[in-house]
Amino acid sequence: MTRPMRRRRVASALVFGVTAGCAALTVSTLFFLLGYIVWHGIGGLNWAFFTQLPKPVGELGGGMVNAIVGTAKLLFLATAIGIPIGCFGGIYLAEFGHGRLAFLVRYAADVLNGVPSIVMGIFAYTLIVLPMRQFSALAGGLALGIMMIPIAVRSTEEFLKLVPLSVREAAWALGLPEWKTIAFVVIPAAYRGLLTGILLDVARVAGETAPLLFTAFNNRVWSHGWLEPIASLPVMIYTYSIAPYDDWHRQAWAAALVLMLFVLVVNGGARLLLPRRRAA
Amino acid sequence: MQRHFDEELRQLKEQLSAMAGLAEQAVGKSVKALVDRDPRLAQAVMDEDAAVNRLEVEIENACLSLLARYQPEAKDLRTIAMVFKIVNDLERVGDQGVNIAERTIDLLKEPLLKPLIDIPKMAALAQQMLKDALDAFVNQDAELARAVCRRDDEVDHLNDQIYHELLVYMTQDAKTITRAIDLILIGRHLERVADHATNIAEDVYYLVKGTTIKHRLAGT
Amino acid sequence: MDVALRAERLSAWFGSTQAVQAVTLQIARHQVTAIIGPSGCGKSTFIRCLNRMHEVIPEARVEGAVWLDSENLYADGVDPVDVRRRVGMVFQKPNPFPTMTVYDNVAAGLRLNGLRARPELDRVVEESLRLAALWDEVKDKLRAPGTSLSGGQQQRLCIARALAVKPEVLLMDEPCSALDPIATAKIEELLYQLKERYTVVLVTHNMQQAARVSDTTGFLLMGELVEFGPTGKLFTNPSEPRTEAYITGRFG
Repeated sequence: MTRPMRRRRVASALVFGVTAGCAALTVSTLFFLLGYIVWHGIGGLNWAFFTQLPKPVGELGGGMVNAIVGTAKLLFLATAIGIPIGCFGGIYLAEFGHGRLAFLVRYAADVLNGVPSIVMGIFAYTLIVLPMRQFSALAGGLALGIMMIPIAVRSTEEFLKLVPLSVREAAWALGLPEWKTIAFVVIPAAYRGLLTGILLDVARVAGETAPLLFTAFNNRVWSHGWLEPIASLPVMIYTYSIAPYDDWHRQAWAAALVLMLFVLVVNGGARLLLPRRRAA
Repeated sequence: MQRHFDEELRQLKEQLSAMAGLAEQAVGKSVKALVDRDPRLAQAVMDEDAAVNRLEVEIENACLSLLARYQPEAKDLRTIAMVFKIVNDLERVGDQGVNIAERTIDLLKEPLLKPLIDIPKMAALAQQMLKDALDAFVNQDAELARAVCRRDDEVDHLNDQIYHELLVYMTQDAKTITRAIDLILIGRHLERVADHATNIAEDVYYLVKGTTIKHRLAGT
Repeated sequence: MDVALRAERLSAWFGSTQAVQAVTLQIARHQVTAIIGPSGCGKSTFIRCLNRMHEVIPEARVEGAVWLDSENLYADGVDPVDVRRRVGMVFQKPNPFPTMTVYDNVAAGLRLNGLRARPELDRVVEESLRLAALWDEVKDKLRAPGTSLSGGQQQRLCIARALAVKPEVLLMDEPCSALDPIATAKIEELLYQLKERYTVVLVTHNMQQAARVSDTTGFLLMGELVEFGPTGKLFTNPSEPRTEAYITGRFG
């Protein structure tokens, strides 16, 4: 083997080693995290966890059924607010966004995305909680919903843009107006990606805690309707973790595990929906 | 932009020129054999016809090949189509040269009937027409081609003269008939050569201009 | 000559660059008219002006008139969407709708314009597929995805889809560029039958294709219509030296 050849081989091996090492580090971090949560949380997963309300302070046992339902309720409202606005905004950008206004919209979405979640919470607090003089699921859902908007806008735009121009041209050449082209040709062509975007968006806000602290607050019993404070998994994790009770710590780990599993399942499902690009 | 096709076309034209040279020489030599009373020269003409025929086949194959491979258009297409036709006329000219040589060999078995004046004149005219038609082809000269077509009348006129002159001989003396007929036929062969030259000139005109002057169809 | 479509001093721009220079020509009914020219000569831009597709490009501009029978397609108040229903188009790369079946692809133009009656749709779909010489190959797989067909079949599917809405004129922008020689031959053969019922304008960079299938040919160079006339004459004895230079390959 000649000298330069050996040097090349060493360099290649080095680069491979470094990059592979970092990749491995990334993956192992995730597995470590998962493992840790599973280890601590699996003990707390029992039937009671999923079916019982929290017991009064001091008593052992109880569960988080209201928090699980609460998270579901909040995510439902957030999705109902954030997804339509975000998706239609994304449709605007993808189909009509060729000028200054589009630039502004994109910029706004990106900035909104960067707003700290706690600021979002304060915003919703000022807007809804103060006038109503109480914490509510409505406020919590709103805060989360607003956080969903920028992600939905960008992901909708990106996936719609992936639909090639040729498909649109085919529709226009048939004499289809713009809105029919978008509704019946472009969106169906992109629906997998759009759905993936929505799922990932939901998974992202599922674990947001800070905004909920000011809006939905918490509730140790069932909340009815949308105008009462509501329990949620992230807030429960927070509350139980900083409390002095071991039993509560165990339940917090279990809640963390449940949340983690939810996120994993949604991400995995989204991955399955979007097939890997096949070689053309 | 120079193309490989242009090189092959150039070679084709060279081959055609060579063939034309051979055909024209056949006519010239056969008449010279008659004038110089040289039977061996006449025989040579007959032997050399094979070369003309071989060139005909070669050139035709080359044309077909160019058509198939290059799908030529416009002037290139007209050129190849006309080369096909010119080659045909040239081969016939060669044949006429052989015909004249055959008649010459017959004629030389008997003494000279009369001084040869019109026949060499006709031969010179026909040869010149052939030369000019080929020059027109090489130089893409439509006007020269058109001029060649007009000279055909002169050759026809000389042919008529020969015919009437020899007719007188034949009616006066039966012993002159075989020689007279041979001479009339030689005149006829030369007249055909001039016709072929005219055809070639018409083809050259079409090649250059894209319109035909055949059959007096001026400019269609 | 029965004129189906007429361009009158048609010019087109991309921003400040002029791509088509005041082209005037007439497309005869029930004939195939081919537009040839070197890359970038404006032939695709020109044809896209005929069905008002050029203007969807940002900063695109068109001047002049296009007369479909006696109506100027560029007159004020004319809806471009309506124009495109009357002047159909087939593109260079086959572009069937990716989420639709073969049947749905052909029916798309009709369905999305309100026609829902099943028997009627069935009839038009079959008729269009037959016209596109595709029926025999797909009649047993009408429910298969449009994208499961081969390239040549997909292009014929796009032709069927365009024909289903019964356009008055069919524009074809280099329809065989992306296809192999056999698929190309099938589509060229199809054109002979199509022109009995439709008027076709064909843009192609393949001169021999234009020579084979068209009745009239136009030669476009840098946006300018250099020559326009019967195909036979244009390819044996063109009037313009630039045309001669192009078709004998002595360009550049």
